[in-house]
Amino acid sequence: MSGLHIIQYDVVVIGGGPAGMAAAVKAKELGLNVLLLDDNEYLGGILPQCIHPGFGIHYFKEELTGPEFAYRLTKRALELGVDYYTAARVLEIKNYSDIEKVVIFSSPKGAFEVWTKTIIYAAGARERHAFEIGIVGDRGAGIYTAGEAQTLMDIYGIMPGREIVIVGSGDVGLIMARRFALEGANVKAVIELMPYPGGLARNIMILKDFDIPLYLSHKVVEVKGKNRVERVKVIKVDENLNEIPGTEFWIECDTVVISAGLIPSVKLLTNIGAEIDPATGGPIVNDLFETTIPGIFAAGNTVLINDLVDYVAEQGELAAYGAKLFIENGGIPTKHWIKLRKGENVRLLIPHYLSGERDVFIYARVKRPMENVEVRFPEIGKRLRLPIVKPAEMLRLKLRKEDIAKAKDEITMEVVPL
Amino acid sequence: MTSRVYLFTCIVCPLGCTLEVEMDGDKIKEVKGYTCPKGREWAIEEVMNPKRVVMSVIKVRNGKLPTVSVKTAEPVPKAKIPELMKFLAKLEVEGPIRVGQTILEFEGIKIVATRET
Repeated sequence: MSGLHIIQYDVVVIGGGPAGMAAAVKAKELGLNVLLLDDNEYLGGILPQCIHPGFGIHYFKEELTGPEFAYRLTKRALELGVDYYTAARVLEIKNYSDIEKVVIFSSPKGAFEVWTKTIIYAAGARERHAFEIGIVGDRGAGIYTAGEAQTLMDIYGIMPGREIVIVGSGDVGLIMARRFALEGANVKAVIELMPYPGGLARNIMILKDFDIPLYLSHKVVEVKGKNRVERVKVIKVDENLNEIPGTEFWIECDTVVISAGLIPSVKLLTNIGAEIDPATGGPIVNDLFETTIPGIFAAGNTVLINDLVDYVAEQGELAAYGAKLFIENGGIPTKHWIKLRKGENVRLLIPHYLSGERDVFIYARVKRPMENVEVRFPEIGKRLRLPIVKPAEMLRLKLRKEDIAKAKDEITMEVVPL
Repeated sequence: MTSRVYLFTCIVCPLGCTLEVEMDGDKIKEVKGYTCPKGREWAIEEVMNPKRVVMSVIKVRNGKLPTVSVKTAEPVPKAKIPELMKFLAKLEVEGPIRVGQTILEFEGIKIVATRET
């Protein structure tokens, strides 16, 4: 076969992880003609390598491992007859008009030009790497991101190293600390820049289980080792995250695992002018996860980094519902858009715009930990008490349609101590 | 009798209470810091008989992927885990394997596949 295949759909979903699969399944259930694309060899995104439990408690009302969560969504997609391509690399999105968009992708089955009414962009996120967090020094073998180490171990069955230092105490780093320890490696330390751990409480427990030291307010600044990592230099930081001279020490190791956060993958969206929120790193979205380009929706870690796959899948479904409404009405119906604004101790939040046409879940993160707080939306007189808020734990709060409708132009969310 | 104090962050819910269990020899003397009965129960279980669901991967011949991910069908006593991991590391199984399939048993504990291969 040669040349360009031209095909037509109601909605093209870009990304076959939990957000994309949930979106594709929902879109199909809503009667839309849907195409799902993923650049990996298999569907599921990162779920097939996340072999630990803790997934699906909200979405499937049952605790599953990552591969099981992916399997359920994949099975449903296949039962419904969702068209999909794996090993499909999307090269370009074009936005000709509100209901005419083009997705160009290449795959082992050829090159395709898809004409579609809507797009759901669910390309996920990438990991921050060593150079982005100021680690300098030798570039020997043995430096991995947590996800790379996870792929090696839990997809290919290859042990990346034996003497491990983990940089960053986010969930993936802690989960990899456990995987390494279970497989008999020596996890020598988890180094965290901030004065508090980055992961969920249940994952911090892991360190205790395996007696792994956690160094808070510390950073790795240098790697030594010509052919293979031999040791790393660690230094203490003050409350302004400045290095404290004289506190340096070395840890011997053969492997450095970087778990320093995720960055939404938004390249194809920014190429066509979608507006990005600097706080989330993802696109600006309304309450149906439509970006600033009409008919182009986004969901999952492309929009903001989530703690739970359940919320990612929920966002995918919402975007699919958005695509359906968009096609039926030639746009998302609203009287006017109400802006959701960040107030005190709110670092990020989505959606950015509310229509007042439906109940909405607000996803937000605080800037710093706080106990005994009230979350307030002053313009609509809504308040909610919470015993504790932490930057590592995303807040998900429901605002009712009737309450949203009370606002004129904007609603502020603030988290204040009682 | 020796007295020991165990400290945990409770993981029953996102509150993350700091739990303290004071032991007098092998008996529980006092549990502090919990804000619900579930937390208290969990703290006691954590001291007396800590268990974990264990997950790992097993090598596969003739599968779509080189490994299959597995979990124990029930939580395993913590002390048993290193032995179980060594047992799993030596295994190699034949593909294809279905999700939910019991691959084998280790001392009566079912090892279940969580990924298709």
